[in-house]
Amino acid sequence: MFKSIMLISVLISTPLFAADGKLLATPGVSQVEGSGGGGIVPWAQLAGYASQDEIAANAFCSQSQLSDFRLRSCGAQLNLYDRVELSIAKQNFRINALDTSIEQNIVGVKTRLYGDLVYSKWPMLSLGMQYKHLNDTAIAQALGAKDTTGIDWYLAASKLHLGAIAGYNLFWNVTARRTDANEMGILGFGGSNRDIRLQWEASTAIFFSRELAVGIEYRQKPDNLGLKEDDWSDVFVAWLPNKSVSITAAWLDLGTIAGVKDQKGPYFSMTGYF
Amino acid sequence: MFKLIQKLATTLCLLFLLVGCAATSQTPQSTLYDRLGGETGVDTIVSGLIKQIGQDKQIFHYFADTHITRFRTQLTQHLCAITDGPCKYTGDNMTDIHTGMKITEKDFNHLVDLLINAMNLQGIPHRMQNQLIARLAPLRANIIYI
Repeated sequence: MFKSIMLISVLISTPLFAADGKLLATPGVSQVEGSGGGGIVPWAQLAGYASQDEIAANAFCSQSQLSDFRLRSCGAQLNLYDRVELSIAKQNFRINALDTSIEQNIVGVKTRLYGDLVYSKWPMLSLGMQYKHLNDTAIAQALGAKDTTGIDWYLAASKLHLGAIAGYNLFWNVTARRTDANEMGILGFGGSNRDIRLQWEASTAIFFSRELAVGIEYRQKPDNLGLKEDDWSDVFVAWLPNKSVSITAAWLDLGTIAGVKDQKGPYFSMTGYF
Repeated sequence: MFKLIQKLATTLCLLFLLVGCAATSQTPQSTLYDRLGGETGVDTIVSGLIKQIGQDKQIFHYFADTHITRFRTQLTQHLCAITDGPCKYTGDNMTDIHTGMKITEKDFNHLVDLLINAMNLQGIPHRMQNQLIARLAPLRANIIYI
């Protein structure tokens, strides 16, 4: 079903939409759960170049190559009139040592509550939801997760300050997420330690040109399973040469995952805008 | 949470340092108008923008009935005033000029793209372009969808 949705959205979108009503690079890229954002943090911007009179469709794939794991995530977003973002993502998390993979599907909705990234006086504000469904539940259950599906709610604020630092444009985002997901849901939801709680996430970047941004992200994580789950962070370079494509490279530091320490490595992501 | 703030602060400091090194020294007293090249510089931006609009399919229709000479004079004066140059803008306010034109967000951003094109052709540095766009951005609220 996932593949057919992707295919249909790509086929339909190409001739019909081709939204380009936003300024270059201002929508950001695609984060690993499918929402418009950075790499690991959902931002307030809705994915794609749709202005309030347009519809945009985008598709993306990313790969995170960690020391002992590999995460692949592919998905798509539909931006309706810069008011609502619908997203889907399929994640495949490979555990090298066990020669096995965990799959998770995520459906997301985000709505813009206030503002514009560039023009409004106050930061742009959006409310989002990610419904996560784990397809491979054995490992999550073995580790003591309470559920194999979960819902994250988040409130994100973003702003681009024109010429703010020695003339360069400065971007920042802060996201508050209400979640009980373990490692984003890959290891299930909830556990013996704790349940749903609020986590903080943040990103900032400087645009060295219209096309090139360099930044960092931070994502606080709960430790419901008592496996010393660490906060995530990354340093990224995003290249958005035109309104059709973006390419992001990052260095991830995801700390301890499922009790395995020092999970670091490169991340690559590409989004196509239709 | 503390770890988050600490890490963000450290990285921000590094980024600021990086940017600080990349930035060439600017005379703090000089106005943006001066840095853009004064009268000649601003004239060239306006001419470049008019040329861009003249060749553009998407937004040219908004300007079809525009008196070009008057538009050039008023825009030059407006840019001069808004960049702290030695001018006072004496034209109509943005709301009066644009009421009834129903300019969309998309077309407004397209004009920004054309302005950037014009400034690129003129060789105006990226950082100076941003400073000019920053001065113009607040005007949008009185221009679009009216």
